[in-house]
Amino acid sequence: MGAFVIRRLVWLPVLLFFISVITFALGLYGPGDPVQVLLGVHANPETVERLRREYGFDQPFYVQYLNYVANALQGNFGYSLVKYRDQPVGKLIADALPVTIQLNLVAIFLGLGIGVPLGLLAGLQRDTWIDLLVRGLVVAGISLPIIFLNPVLTFLFSRRHDFVLAAAQMKFSVGPFLPMVAGHWDGLFSAKIILPAFIESLGIIALMTRQMRAGMIEVLSEDYIRTARAKGLRERVVVVRHAMRNALIPIATILGLMLGGLVAGSFLVENWFGVPGVGALAYDALFSRDYYITMALVLLIAIAYVLSNLLVDLTYGLLDPRIRKA
Amino acid sequence: MAQQTINAGALKPRAQSPQARFVRRILANLPAALGAVVILLMVFIALFAPFLAPYAYDAQNLNAVEQPPSRAHWFGTDALGRDMFSRILWGARSAVFVILMVTVVDLLLGVPLGAIAGYFGGWADTIIMRTADILFAFPGLLFVFFIAATIKPGIINWAKTIGLGDFARTGYLDYAVVIIALGVIGWAGLARLIRAQVLTVKEREFVIGAHAIGVPTWRVIVRHILPNAFAPIIVAMSMGLGDIALSEGYLSFLGIGLQPPAPSWGNIIAENAGRYWRQFPQMIWLVFIPGLVLAAIVFAFNFFGDGLNEALNPEIVD
Repeated sequence: MGAFVIRRLVWLPVLLFFISVITFALGLYGPGDPVQVLLGVHANPETVERLRREYGFDQPFYVQYLNYVANALQGNFGYSLVKYRDQPVGKLIADALPVTIQLNLVAIFLGLGIGVPLGLLAGLQRDTWIDLLVRGLVVAGISLPIIFLNPVLTFLFSRRHDFVLAAAQMKFSVGPFLPMVAGHWDGLFSAKIILPAFIESLGIIALMTRQMRAGMIEVLSEDYIRTARAKGLRERVVVVRHAMRNALIPIATILGLMLGGLVAGSFLVENWFGVPGVGALAYDALFSRDYYITMALVLLIAIAYVLSNLLVDLTYGLLDPRIRKA
Repeated sequence: MAQQTINAGALKPRAQSPQARFVRRILANLPAALGAVVILLMVFIALFAPFLAPYAYDAQNLNAVEQPPSRAHWFGTDALGRDMFSRILWGARSAVFVILMVTVVDLLLGVPLGAIAGYFGGWADTIIMRTADILFAFPGLLFVFFIAATIKPGIINWAKTIGLGDFARTGYLDYAVVIIALGVIGWAGLARLIRAQVLTVKEREFVIGAHAIGVPTWRVIVRHILPNAFAPIIVAMSMGLGDIALSEGYLSFLGIGLQPPAPSWGNIIAENAGRYWRQFPQMIWLVFIPGLVLAAIVFAFNFFGDGLNEALNPEIVD
């Protein structure tokens, strides 16, 4: 166990080093010279040259990289060059992060609340029409493109629909049922959160359902379940106390992995619904070539992912003796 | 029902050939069979798009813009009077091409790297798998966009330097950008899978036997290990094909992938959702139909992958 932990901890800084180098290189050699972005295309070449020197863009790659890391370690991730001109990137992210975390929490909550019971049901009713239906829903959850769901659900729920009944000479309209976020975030308990959270939860529902179903089927064939039944326990007790508890263990692992994903906002969902979160910020930054923001976000999300993975691996090793030897 | 058939089969003394059993199992699984039909249909449309489409994908008819579905234009026309039915048929060609090429890139990188890591272990294993770890750490779609946006100017400049400037302007290079961006990420998952398979297969008796009679190492890997490691990989790949189609759609939707007028379901949705959606909700078909087509393809790949999983996975039988 000790060696396992040490190996993981030694690997961590190496991983973070490579992640930061790759991110930095992509930012630096990516589209849009930051100085050009700052000054516009028709800038005076002398000014460009002067600013390049001021920002240190004339320095070799490793010097720039070390400067960036030194600043980042002190919490300075540079400044926005375009849309939020001169605002510190750290502050922009700090503003967007709570929104994305709230949205993701609701999505995960929906995913658990819908996925686990569905998977349980399908696992218990294996090969019946219920099982088939649930499996169909799972495939739907991972197959429906977000770029399809966004406009269609918006159309259905966030638009007014006018109907004309020619026979009765009547006009009536229905909706809109759910408001768009449109840049104004009202917190966890606003109706605005429903559509984006639902769309983001579909993948999670599918994942949870699939895992829970597979877990139940596997656990139900175990010897201790047969024993429990043989000693005359009621079926409900067997299912809830013996089977379900064990089937939930992998779900806990998946949840642990999702911790890292909390800070990553969905590009497509946040941008469409106008959620002022990390995903929308990343979208803006990437398309306006505000590259300090993009770099900081990619770095942040990658680090969160790595740390949550580490956490899961460590607790896994504690829970399951078989992993420790590997 | 299914249980009974399988039991009856198991009791039969005469064993079915693996191929026949495979085909029978796929056909017995209705969603998987439907998925296969949709996939074949898409490939057929992709191959024969020029003959099937009533109009060219970029033919504008400014006398017939924004028309609802009709006999002349089955799926209506967009703001430039382009026939949506034709654009969607041609879109199948883009999708199939990208899916095929990304798969080829994934296989070319993932299979050898995974096999080397699994077979030889040691530092080769460390380097390859740690690289995969690093790729996994990056946030999926955002990283793909970042890469696509980064390599695009480079690829276009490179095309100009080797005298393909005109070619760069046609938009064909957008395909290269999409394929490289998705391929750079995609091989890592495949390599992990291959490595895990190779690790289990290489300890089997027939591999040790092959070594014992002096078969060269590369031949053991290619002829004895890889073919026996492929079943789970085929399943994973068939499920991954849907993801590739989705990613291409998303990239093109965001304007980093295929650019209009090149037909891609993603950019068709983007063009029509962006321009009209908020003002003209009555023209839902312009977004609904390409979205539904993309959804159907991803559905088909996932159902087919599920079916493959059941047909190829011997553990599910008992």
